[in-house]
Amino acid sequence: MSLTIEMPKRGSLPVDRRVQARQLTVILVALLAATSVLSLAWGASGTSLWGALVDLAAGRELSRLDSIVLFDIRLPRLCLGILVGASLAVSGAVMQGLFRNPLADPGIVGVSAGAGLAAISAIVLGAFLPPAIRDLTGNYLVPVSAFFGGWGSTLILYRVSTRRGQTSVATMLLAGIALGALAGALSGILVYMADDNQLRDLTFWGMGSLAGATWTKVLAATPIVLAALAVAPFIARGLNGLALGEAAAGHTGISVQRVKNISILSVAAATGAAVAVAGGIGFIGIVVPHLLRLATGPDHHSLLPNAALLGASLLLAADMIARTVIAPAELPIGIVTAVLGAPVFLWILLKRHGAMGL
Amino acid sequence: MQAFDIEVVLGKSQVLNGVNFTAKPGEVTAIVGPNGSGKTTLLRAMTGEIPYSGKVLLNNKNVAGLKPWQLAALRGVQPQSTTIAFPFTVLEIVRLGLTAGLSAAEKELPLRALEKVGLTGFGNRMYQDLSGGEQQRVQLARVLTQIWRPVVDGAPRWLILDEPVASLDIGHQFTVMDLTRDFSARGGGVVAVMHDLNLTAMFADKVVLMDAGHIAAQGSPQSVLTDANLAQTYGCPLPVCTTPHDGTPFLLPQARHARVT
Repeated sequence: MSLTIEMPKRGSLPVDRRVQARQLTVILVALLAATSVLSLAWGASGTSLWGALVDLAAGRELSRLDSIVLFDIRLPRLCLGILVGASLAVSGAVMQGLFRNPLADPGIVGVSAGAGLAAISAIVLGAFLPPAIRDLTGNYLVPVSAFFGGWGSTLILYRVSTRRGQTSVATMLLAGIALGALAGALSGILVYMADDNQLRDLTFWGMGSLAGATWTKVLAATPIVLAALAVAPFIARGLNGLALGEAAAGHTGISVQRVKNISILSVAAATGAAVAVAGGIGFIGIVVPHLLRLATGPDHHSLLPNAALLGASLLLAADMIARTVIAPAELPIGIVTAVLGAPVFLWILLKRHGAMGL
Repeated sequence: MQAFDIEVVLGKSQVLNGVNFTAKPGEVTAIVGPNGSGKTTLLRAMTGEIPYSGKVLLNNKNVAGLKPWQLAALRGVQPQSTTIAFPFTVLEIVRLGLTAGLSAAEKELPLRALEKVGLTGFGNRMYQDLSGGEQQRVQLARVLTQIWRPVVDGAPRWLILDEPVASLDIGHQFTVMDLTRDFSARGGGVVAVMHDLNLTAMFADKVVLMDAGHIAAQGSPQSVLTDANLAQTYGCPLPVCTTPHDGTPFLLPQARHARVT
C-alpha cells in the first residue's frame, strides 16, 4: 500500500478514488491507534507512563499513581477526545453536504453557539427544574439540551439561508454571525446569573477543553455521538445527490426532505454532544473534511467515516499540544485548533475566490 | 405522459392557465415558445419541482402518489444547468445516475453513457473544469445512465430535458438530438423544452407551441410551425420553408435591414 494519494490527472488512466479512499481508511485507523497510544503516554506527568503502558502490556501490576493517571485521567480524556473529534469532523462534513458548501461548519455558523447556550441554560437553570425531571434526565440534561439548542439553530439557519433549494452562502454566514451573537449575548446573561459553583462549570466553555474529562461525561456523550455517527451511511448517497442541487437530487430518486431532516438531526446531536462535554472547539469540522476531499474526493460514503477517524486523531494531537506546550498549565484546546484551523479556512476562501456564489 | 389542467402561480402572476399536455412513448415531444411563455414552468410543474394544481400521469399512474425512487425508475430529468458543490470527477457525477435507477448492477453503464454523449476519456476530469457545453453533456450521461433502457417490463421510461442543446456547438446539438431519437425509436418517451425551431422541426414528432401560459398550437412540426402561428407567438415574421426532399419545415429568419418584402 502506498502512503501517497494520487490526484486524478487530465487524460490519465481511470483512477478510482473509491479504492484510494478505502486505502486511506486503513491508514487513518492506524493513525488513530498511534495517536491514542501517544496521547495515553504523553502528558504533564512526564513520560513515565511509557513504562506503565509497557508494564500493562506485559500484564504486570501498575503503581497506584500510574493507575490513577492512566485510568481516571488520561483514558477518559482519550475517549472524550475521540468522541468529540469524530463528532466535530462528521458534523462539519454533513453540514457542508447539506448546505452544498465547504465553508459550512457548526462552529462558524452559530450552531455550536446555540448548543452552548442551551447547555449553559441547563447548567444554570437546571436547578429550578422539578427534582423528578432532574432525576429522570440525570447526566443527560446538559447534552440533551445542547442537542435541542443545536437543532433549533440549524433549523433557523437553514430556513433563513435556503430559498427554493438553493443555499446562499453569504446569507448563511451572516445569519450564522447573528445567531452566534444572539446566543453569545444570552449566554452572557446566564453567566451573570450563575452562582460560583456553576461558574466553575462554565469557565471551560469559552475556549473549549478536554480537561474536565470524566467517565460520567464519556458515558453521557457516547450514546448521542454513536447515534449521530450511525446514520452517516444512510445519508451518504443523499448528500452526494444533493451536490447536484435539491431538484436534481430528487430526480435521482433521493427523498430530499428525509435526507435533510436526518442530516440536521445528526449535526445537532453530534455538535450538541461535543459542545456539552468539551465546549466550543472550532475548525476541526472545516479542516478535516477539506483535507479529505483534497485527498480522495467528495464522495460521502468514504468522506464521513474517514472524517470521523481523522477528526479524532487531529483532536487528540491538538490536545497533546494543548496540555504540554505550557506544562504544567494547560492551553484551552480551542486555541490550538483555531491557530491551526483559521489559516486553512482563509486558504479555502482564497482558492475559491469568485467561485460558486461567494 | 399526460398533464391535465395544470395551473401554476408564481408570486402574484399566473404563469400557466389550465394547460393540458400529452406526450406519447416512442415519440420526441418538443415544447417551444418565446421567453416567458411558460415552457420551462410547464416542465418543472410536470416533474414536481414547483407547486401546481392539476394532475400529472406517467404511464397512467398519478405521479403525486409515487415515491421519489419509483419516479426515478420511470423518468430521468436533465436540468438546464447544474453547478456542483464539490470537486467531483465526471465519472463520479455520472455514477450518481447508476445508483438511482434500476441498473445498479451494471457498472460499465457510466462509461458507455459518456461515450454516447461524446465524452470518452473525460471520466477523470474535474467536472468544474469543463466548459458549459461539456457539463451539460455530463448531466445527460448521468440521466441516460439512470434510465438506460427505454422500456422496462413493457413499460416505457421517460427522458425529460430542459433545453438540452442550449450551450452546445452544432455538432454536439446533433449528437444529443440523435440520442433522443434513438431513445424514442426504442420505445421510450422524450419530452424536451427547445429553443431552436429548426432542430425542433428536424427531430420532433410532436411540437407543443406555448404562448403566454397556454398552448397556442400542437401537433406535427408541419402543422404547428407555420408562418401565421410563429408570427403571432414570437411577434416577428419568421418565414417557414420546406426542404425539397422530404418537406420538413425550416426557418430562415431575416434581419430587418435585409428583409425582402
